[in-house]
Amino acid sequence: MAQITLKSLAHTYSANPKGPEDYAIREMQHVWEQGGAYALLGPSGCGKSTLLNIISGLLEPSDGDILFDDIRVNKLKPEQRNIAQVFQFPVVYDTMTVFENLAFPLRNIGVPEHKVKSKVYEVAEVLELTEQLNRKAKGLSADQKQKVSMGRGLVRDDVSAILFDEPLTVIDPQLKWKLRRKLKQIHKQFNTTMVYVTHDQLEASTFADKIALMFEGQIVQFGTPRELFESPKHTFVGYFIGSPGMNFITPELTDRGLEFEGQLMPVADEMVAHLRQSGINNIKLGIRPEFVHVWTEANDDAFEVTIQDIEDLGTYRIMSFRFGSIPMKARLHEDQKVPDKKARVSFPEQWLKVYADEYLLELPHE
Amino acid sequence: MSLTLQNVSRVVDGETWISDVDLTLEPGSFNVLLGRTLSGKTTLMRLMAGLDRPTKGKVLMNGVDVTGVSVRERNISMVYQQFINYPNLTVYENIASPLRLAKLDKSTLDRRVRETAEMLGIESMLDRLPLELSGGQQQRTAMARALVKDAQVVLFDEPLVNLDYKLREGLRDELRNLFKERNCIAVYATTEPNEALALGGNTAVLHEGRLLQMGPTAQVYHKPRDIITAEMFSEPPINVVPGEVTENEVTFDQDVHFQLNNDLKMLQPGHYQFGVRASHIGLVPHSDDDLELPVKVDLAELSGSETFLHVRNPHFELVLHLSGVHEYEVDQEIKIYFPTHKLYAFDTQGSLVHSPARLVEA
Repeated sequence: MAQITLKSLAHTYSANPKGPEDYAIREMQHVWEQGGAYALLGPSGCGKSTLLNIISGLLEPSDGDILFDDIRVNKLKPEQRNIAQVFQFPVVYDTMTVFENLAFPLRNIGVPEHKVKSKVYEVAEVLELTEQLNRKAKGLSADQKQKVSMGRGLVRDDVSAILFDEPLTVIDPQLKWKLRRKLKQIHKQFNTTMVYVTHDQLEASTFADKIALMFEGQIVQFGTPRELFESPKHTFVGYFIGSPGMNFITPELTDRGLEFEGQLMPVADEMVAHLRQSGINNIKLGIRPEFVHVWTEANDDAFEVTIQDIEDLGTYRIMSFRFGSIPMKARLHEDQKVPDKKARVSFPEQWLKVYADEYLLELPHE
Repeated sequence: MSLTLQNVSRVVDGETWISDVDLTLEPGSFNVLLGRTLSGKTTLMRLMAGLDRPTKGKVLMNGVDVTGVSVRERNISMVYQQFINYPNLTVYENIASPLRLAKLDKSTLDRRVRETAEMLGIESMLDRLPLELSGGQQQRTAMARALVKDAQVVLFDEPLVNLDYKLREGLRDELRNLFKERNCIAVYATTEPNEALALGGNTAVLHEGRLLQMGPTAQVYHKPRDIITAEMFSEPPINVVPGEVTENEVTFDQDVHFQLNNDLKMLQPGHYQFGVRASHIGLVPHSDDDLELPVKVDLAELSGSETFLHVRNPHFELVLHLSGVHEYEVDQEIKIYFPTHKLYAFDTQGSLVHSPARLVEA
């Protein structure tokens, strides 16, 4: 078991990189603490697979260091790092029984047979595979096979970390629920560092205590699921987390404050003053559909907007509307009434986030 | 152009893949086929396309029997899960290929290809080869090829499964809009209830080769005909708790029971399965007649913006679907509020006998 540190780590596939755009991983400092449950989340092409390969040892980083506890492992091969990996598709030996599959990593390193047996039974119990132990792996369902793959990572006491790469891809939606729950339990019980790579926010947020969200080769936010939802540190986090994602508008800084198409936005005076001082040009305001307040009657804080569409998503509805020239979305309760064509919406100051050059701007608390 | 399946079955090697399906799809309609893996979605689409012939029953187009007519002679396109494009043809030539077969004149062809590419946002990729594109762009190319030729029926077999969910969100919205302006029949297969809800239109629920229910999507969701449809058409699945109705009470077990309310008064005494949507159970009471239940937390599953809270009491397990992020420890003891006026009741055969009144009609 180990803490994994990325020290000024960067990676390029190019022989003579000219700028940051040639880097799949841009320079980063990062620590995965021992025993943590982490997710590495991002869209395809964001660099998460590259980073995973660097951690597992399939790839040597072009710049910087990767440390397991205090030992530099840049040049160590995967098998020397004691990393267990669970991939998209289950890797099991079809002709072996479930028991033999689980025992394989232990027998390989010469663990005495009585210990093999007790460890295999322990892990099988947790994974609910005890009844299948004597069956050939060939006849198992996809989710059972994937559990065997996981089990092979769990039997060894000396693994530094377990890496999961989209492990639930081939599992039916109904069974994903159960496996996600299982993974969470396993983490609690084994206290091993786990890093779960996925493009799916649900899987990342369910599994991980902390999520590293990657975008264009950088970790743009490292935080709890709540932090990613409630205060996205970067406009991309706002867009990528949540379904639908955050609404954005581009206001103008005028004498009155932050205005959008002639309407004054509810932003604190200190923030406006700070923006004036800093001279930042690229300012955006973001608000999540969940926090847009929809009123049936006029009031001082509300803007009149044009409703375009209301989608019934069963447990809630999404109202698409135009705020001035910009399309936005608001989430409505199942039973919430809305007028026909025009609605009034307000943006509570607490949830209207200010972004300067795409990063969240926060004033220091008093 | 309407498409009708009459009593259609398909049996392969003695195994029934599709069983007695009766279904009519109207021109200009968007239809979702919702069902689990192996429920018969792909088989049904292949029958619609004419790629396979039914063992029994008829396929009619506009009232004309086309059961024996091959796919080549029907005006149908299909989009698959895998991105299928000609790897050695440019995106332009890929999109143009169905029109070349139709021997269209050059300027019409060029206009149609560019219009369709623009509709799908790949107009700047026309000179590239498919493998130089991202997954999302490759699937857009395949979709453009299906849409360019004005087919009467366009079949989508889980087309977005292999894409990132953010891309899926975008493409799904586009699809809805694309078909609003067309007069063809669209059929879209998916395993995911939320995708069906987001796509709207009509939904047909398939289970083990049988058609359980077909109707406007929101209506099927809010009034499922039976318990299997109710369970399949919600994520997380609707909670089901067995109970008994006596003269003046509903009893789940010796500890959990409540007075029969106006909603449920019409139920005859006897045994029922009560369904309650995960989103209708709360952490605070919403109504005077909500039932307070002490439970233990099994797991709080978080999506980016929602929480699925799994809880249990000694007699049953429940899932709550909450908006926003709520963090709980495993085994934490909490109280939840069970909405006695928002219950579905199914009889012992699993048929719906009561659904809760809704304040807002779809």
